[in-house]
Amino acid sequence: MMLNTLTIHEVLERLDRGECRSEDVVRSVLDAIHKTDGRIHGYLPLDETEAIAQARGADLARRNGAKGRLLGVPIAVKDVLNIKGQSCTCGSKILKGYVSPYDATAIARLRAEGAIFVGRTNMDEFAMGSSTENSAYGVTCNPWDLERVPGGSSGGSAAVIAAHEAVAALGSDTGGSVRQPASFCGCVGLKPTYGRISRYGLTAYASSLDQIGPITKDIRDAALLLQIMSGVDESDSTSLPVAVPDYQAVLTRDLKGVTVGLPKEYFVGGLDPEVERCVQEAIEVCRKLGAKVVEVSLPHTRVAVDTYYIIAPAEASANLSRFDGVRYGYRAEGAVDPLDLYKKTRAEGFGPEVKRRIILGTYVLSSGYYDAFYLRAQKVRTLIRRDFEEAFKQCSVILSPVAPTPAYRIGQNSADPLQMYLGDIFTVPVNLAGICGLSVPCGMASGKLPVGLQVMGPALGEEAILRTGYAFEQATDWRSRCSGIADENAGSQVRL
Amino acid sequence: MTNYRVTIGLEVHVQLKTKSKMFCACSTDFGASPNTHVCPVCMGYPGSLPVMNREAIRWTVISGLMLGCRINPFSKFDRKNYFYPDMPKNYQITQCDKPLCLGGGVDIEVEGKTKRVGITRIHQEEDVAKNMHYATWSGIDYNRAGVPLMEIVSEPDMESADEAVAYLQTLRQILVYAEVSDCNMEEGNMRCDVNISVRPDGQSSFGTKVEIKNMNSFKGIYNALKYEIDRQQEVVRGGGKIIQETRRWDVDKGQTFSMRTKEDAHDYRYFPEPDLMPIALPDSLVSEWASMLPLLPAQRREKFVSEFGLPEYDAQVLAADKAVGDYFESAARQSRNPKAVSNWVMTDVLRTLTERGISITGFAIKPVALAELVDLTDAKVINSNTARDVFAIMLEEGGRAKEIVAARGLAQVSDAGAIEAVVDQVITENPKSVEDFKNGKAAAMKFLIGQVMRLSKGKANPQMAGALLEKKLSN
Repeated sequence: MMLNTLTIHEVLERLDRGECRSEDVVRSVLDAIHKTDGRIHGYLPLDETEAIAQARGADLARRNGAKGRLLGVPIAVKDVLNIKGQSCTCGSKILKGYVSPYDATAIARLRAEGAIFVGRTNMDEFAMGSSTENSAYGVTCNPWDLERVPGGSSGGSAAVIAAHEAVAALGSDTGGSVRQPASFCGCVGLKPTYGRISRYGLTAYASSLDQIGPITKDIRDAALLLQIMSGVDESDSTSLPVAVPDYQAVLTRDLKGVTVGLPKEYFVGGLDPEVERCVQEAIEVCRKLGAKVVEVSLPHTRVAVDTYYIIAPAEASANLSRFDGVRYGYRAEGAVDPLDLYKKTRAEGFGPEVKRRIILGTYVLSSGYYDAFYLRAQKVRTLIRRDFEEAFKQCSVILSPVAPTPAYRIGQNSADPLQMYLGDIFTVPVNLAGICGLSVPCGMASGKLPVGLQVMGPALGEEAILRTGYAFEQATDWRSRCSGIADENAGSQVRL
Repeated sequence: MTNYRVTIGLEVHVQLKTKSKMFCACSTDFGASPNTHVCPVCMGYPGSLPVMNREAIRWTVISGLMLGCRINPFSKFDRKNYFYPDMPKNYQITQCDKPLCLGGGVDIEVEGKTKRVGITRIHQEEDVAKNMHYATWSGIDYNRAGVPLMEIVSEPDMESADEAVAYLQTLRQILVYAEVSDCNMEEGNMRCDVNISVRPDGQSSFGTKVEIKNMNSFKGIYNALKYEIDRQQEVVRGGGKIIQETRRWDVDKGQTFSMRTKEDAHDYRYFPEPDLMPIALPDSLVSEWASMLPLLPAQRREKFVSEFGLPEYDAQVLAADKAVGDYFESAARQSRNPKAVSNWVMTDVLRTLTERGISITGFAIKPVALAELVDLTDAKVINSNTARDVFAIMLEEGGRAKEIVAARGLAQVSDAGAIEAVVDQVITENPKSVEDFKNGKAAAMKFLIGQVMRLSKGKANPQMAGALLEKKLSN
């Protein structure tokens, strides 16, 4: 068994039993990266010496009796999270050369448990996109089919998991950016309740929607990472001052007593028939596991994408104002005055999708348009949240597809932003409502491309969605399916 | 010739005296080396988030209560978007439509007339960085970025430069009294923008307003207003139109200059700050803060008059500065003679503070010690000259008046026998002065009493010495 193919729990068992060292795990991951990442391009440039040094540090700590729930476990991190001393470009030219002076709270909590941070993963620039085609550092390919996108914006993180180029990874989810690439790449992706994990150190795209989430090989790993990263943080006023339950303790193999809701608005025209088939089969599995299935209604689903594409760009237009070439990152040459510096730096530093959203956000906040767009979108957002509150009176979790289609071809939607935006239909309502959702593999479209089942839960309902996801995962064998690239890396040799 | 009415409204920015910045833990100390009080939050680094300084919120609410405002039970922060090199995030966290305090006002006095100037609102925001310009380059000092500011917006109730300055001075006194700010204009912790318009007498609607920025002293504000009032009247009188614009006061030239007109005014695109939760202030908390408010300067003057029987003048001097008022009040409460305490504070105490350039909080003689000194004098245990000596000793060496008087034997001698012996000695040793006195030279008596005091080392009761001398010399 190649170490890079293992889950966090499997790695920890071997480390605990002394069967391998953290350095072996990291070398195995690096080998896989050497072997296949040239084709995937899930990672941004790596500092291998530093990765090995971190692993040796963890091995030394372990020999000295140190404990830690992640001691020596390498984690790949989406390029949007600040790690002290590492670059953090957010897939953008405008942050080229920026080195973070601090650890994000989630990173600090993982570090405190002994995690080591090997590699930063590619992403859509500033998390704006659903395909990882919008990175200033190149496109990431789907390990299941190199001509297809891995999803986005956390496409790098999902791809390196699906390629066995990592043990576990972190992403961020503003409108589906963890769940959708997890679905496209056949891994587990969790978007926690808004405020469950501190956003401090997560470079903001849309502050009221952003959450950090794990992308892993199974539900247990997602539960473990959630467990460690969750909890109130005095550096983030929007983090929830609510105790963190034991997420691992709720993982059982049945769904007795669980009521599953199916939103009728989600199973209508436009859904890929193969995706629909996989999700319907998954629902049957849940029924067999003891779940009661009821129909629920989320009537405002039809306006969710519109609402999202007003609120998210509005917040982004302000959040991205700080990238001006004055203090850090890219600075254009030849500016004659500050205004000229801003214009040149931002014109050269941002890619087209980021510019599109900044312009859109600036527009909807403008005097005379604010009430008609931003204010109205906020009102609709409240209605969407109420839809879920009503629905969760009848069920403990809601099941749906993650995305209307499996992974599409690179370039297929990039010329038509609206088509791309519509792909977010099933994921954005969760962010707008501030609730939690996860993606768990539930089948293969036409036998070739992974399909994810979305399990949505109410605010702070992570226990319910993890339990459902785990029971489903254990009752099926989708997670044992490997991409072609992963198969290659399953054979890679550990260099000792 | 048509007369013109002037309308003035002020926006005053006040830096609060908090130890740390509005949204991070960095120090607010003034004068540190550039960019030493900075962190990812106040530098606007990617991923950093603001966290509210509760002390700043409390002080803004206290200011609002001191100025008679209603405290908004639900308040929130907003982002104000504009690009400028002094803005770390290129948006400022401020309050747009739900400020902390609403309504209120202050009473000002100009040429003996009292007038109320209304306050529209007080909101909380963060200060920007400081741009520094050199010959070929510019630098930015982010030490000031994120320092808590409150903006006090007045109603357009002032009608002259004098009224505007009186308003500012009254506001300043109240805020210093509330101990929320030093209101030091030179250090920039009180700054002011002015809105001003003129209209012909009899016209009910306001004229077109002009905003003036960049004034950092009472004198500057006064001069800028005087200049601008004249300028606007001249324009209107000549049949011209005032353009709605922002003007800059040039101290050196003594003129205002146009900075930008309404056409290039910013659209700030305010929207609620998603990184901060709204502020809900429960009534109970606001009441608790209200119960701890200091008196306003005017209320305190009245109190000094009614409670301690001070003359109006004394009350005004003592209440002008809160700390001095506190000192006086504490000493007066511990003394039997508040008026005598007032005399001491207004003369010796204030003079010493000025001479030494110190503040009363660091004054060596504590209120209780001054009260004791006053009471010893009042009880004629020491005379007033000795009292000055004891004051000087306490100032240099500390200690309490009673102990100093006892240890150094400074108590006044009122024993007739002991004084008589000294009086006899003085009469014997000064035949010339005795002669002068007998010949009707009243000044000679003063000299003789002085000699008694000298020989008794200042301890003789001067009234008794005088009476004895007169008695003996008139025989």
